[in-house]
Amino acid sequence: MSRQFTPKVVTANHLLEGDAVWLTADDRWTRDMCEAELIEDEAHAEIRLLDAQRDAATVVGPYLVDAKEGENGPEPTHFREAFRTRGPSNYAHGKQVEI
Amino acid sequence: MYKYNDFDEAFVRERVAQFRAQVERRIDGSLTEDEFRPLRLMNGLYLQLHAYMLRVAVPYGTLNPSQMRQLAYIADKWDKGYGHFTTRQNIQYNWPKLADVPEILSALADVEMHAIQTSGNTIRNVTADHFAGAAADEIEDPRPVAELLRQWSTDHPEFQFLPRKFKIAITGSPNDRAVTKAHDIGLRMVRNEAGEPGFEVIVGGGLGRTPMVGKVIKDFLPKADLLPYVEAVVSVWNLLGRRDNKYKARIKITVHENGLDTFAALVEERFAAIRPTFTGVDQEILSEIATHFAAPEFISKATDAYDAYRLANPAFASWSDTNLAEHRAEGYAIVSISIKKHGQTPGDATSDQMRVMAELAEKYGHNELRISHEQNVILPHVHKSDLPAVYQALREADLATANIGLISDIIACPGMDYCALATARSIPIAQEIATRFEELKLEHEVGPLKIKISGCINACGHHHVGHIGILGLDRAGVENYQITLGGDGTEDAVIGTKTGPGFSYEEITNAIERIVLAYLDLRESSEETFLEAYKRVGMEPFKSALYDAEARAHAAE
Repeated sequence: MSRQFTPKVVTANHLLEGDAVWLTADDRWTRDMCEAELIEDEAHAEIRLLDAQRDAATVVGPYLVDAKEGENGPEPTHFREAFRTRGPSNYAHGKQVEI
Repeated sequence: MYKYNDFDEAFVRERVAQFRAQVERRIDGSLTEDEFRPLRLMNGLYLQLHAYMLRVAVPYGTLNPSQMRQLAYIADKWDKGYGHFTTRQNIQYNWPKLADVPEILSALADVEMHAIQTSGNTIRNVTADHFAGAAADEIEDPRPVAELLRQWSTDHPEFQFLPRKFKIAITGSPNDRAVTKAHDIGLRMVRNEAGEPGFEVIVGGGLGRTPMVGKVIKDFLPKADLLPYVEAVVSVWNLLGRRDNKYKARIKITVHENGLDTFAALVEERFAAIRPTFTGVDQEILSEIATHFAAPEFISKATDAYDAYRLANPAFASWSDTNLAEHRAEGYAIVSISIKKHGQTPGDATSDQMRVMAELAEKYGHNELRISHEQNVILPHVHKSDLPAVYQALREADLATANIGLISDIIACPGMDYCALATARSIPIAQEIATRFEELKLEHEVGPLKIKISGCINACGHHHVGHIGILGLDRAGVENYQITLGGDGTEDAVIGTKTGPGFSYEEITNAIERIVLAYLDLRESSEETFLEAYKRVGMEPFKSALYDAEARAHAAE
């Protein structure tokens, strides 16, 4: 039996703003992770990463990262990715106040 | 202070123009990220967790008031109203937008500043003793040599594609405040038997994943040989250094793998070959540079007002006990401005605070400011009679925290609040420890104690040389903090020793408190510092305080 695929999202940094963005199912880049496409299939994940990499005029360094289904959409599973959805802990800057 | 000549000015402007065009080509799609990345890094522009980050060089930590004001202006106009001073005496902006960066670089060029070689595999900003030119224990101001090294290393054609980054630190004092032994090359000014000043040259120091104390490769190097000798060292490493593995590329590994004697012999050979090509032009340039660093005209006046204010105002007396250092000129003091108020982010200053410090430097400080590797700002030349006024102005700007050298004067890297490389957060740990000891009202009783925190193994927070070092790691998807004890960043440099298993984000401040309380219990007198006590008793009592208490707590659950 093949091992269970952990659901993923495609994320990157925006070229101009530099902030974290996530790929949606309808090929937009969103600043709100809840709107991201939660990818449950490994082959589809690879295709979505290729799609993201083609969009080099909008984003930098796209990658696949683990996520889980939450109440309002995909949520991070690792603390680093959780920080990327919020911003720094020492000031009310970034997504925690902008979204 | 050094003034750009026409060449410097034209060079920096040209780099701004080149970068402006490179950014335009990246945005219009003509450059891929792979093509653009090395270009932006050459100009100090990183892409971090939440935004771009621009690292601006503050050469050897020296600033004048108009430069400090410009840093404030940039913070207001293109960032979020503050800047972060780093352990390499630089300033970082955490929120610039890509399209604005050429404008920022242009604004920096207006005040003779730049971000060149603040990243990449090049010779980085040369750091220096932040008390240079002011310290009572100094042989000579090392900054003319630091400026010579800056000019020589900037765009040096042989050294633009080094195996890895390369960091040089320099001090003119026997008491090392520049952590020279943790640099690729450390230069310590010493005198030979004839009483002439020269340099002790240290190579192969460094922190990071393989921390090493630098080794003396040359006991005494005459000043005139400095540039060819440093060039020989970098040149030998450039050929020998390992490009196959970036974790083994730094000179510390090269020296370690080849042995100091072999490495030194190769340097001597190279030095003999290139020394004749240094015809003395470097020395002419050095003497010209030295004229820019002439000491200010120190004033002689009474210090009664200072003495009287000390008696009248205990808070001022406490501040002057911790934040002043001995100046070489009669009646003067070196003022360290703490930008680490309890609970604040170590190294951050708001634009308003920057302007206050610029004004104080102008009014009372002979137009000089310094950034220390300990992430504070220094007014190197203040007459004692002006200290009450300086203190009052600092208080109004929330800059009068009396904690220099104490437990809350913590070095912390940006950690996972900003840095893309980080494995855990550093800043909130520093904030919490400082706040805890402020609540306990213990820090003055504890006395000199350096805590240094890094959010990953790369050790930007110098944790290995902290009396107490904290390293933040990712252990199975959870932040975990490893403690080291007994590190020392001075001329007697020592790499700290791990205590044992790490602590969670929630537990680390309690763990640090247990260490400090154990020290208070076991010290022989209030004169015995934490580091002295650690050297006397060793690790065991601290280990016991750390882990036995934890074991007891678990047993009681």
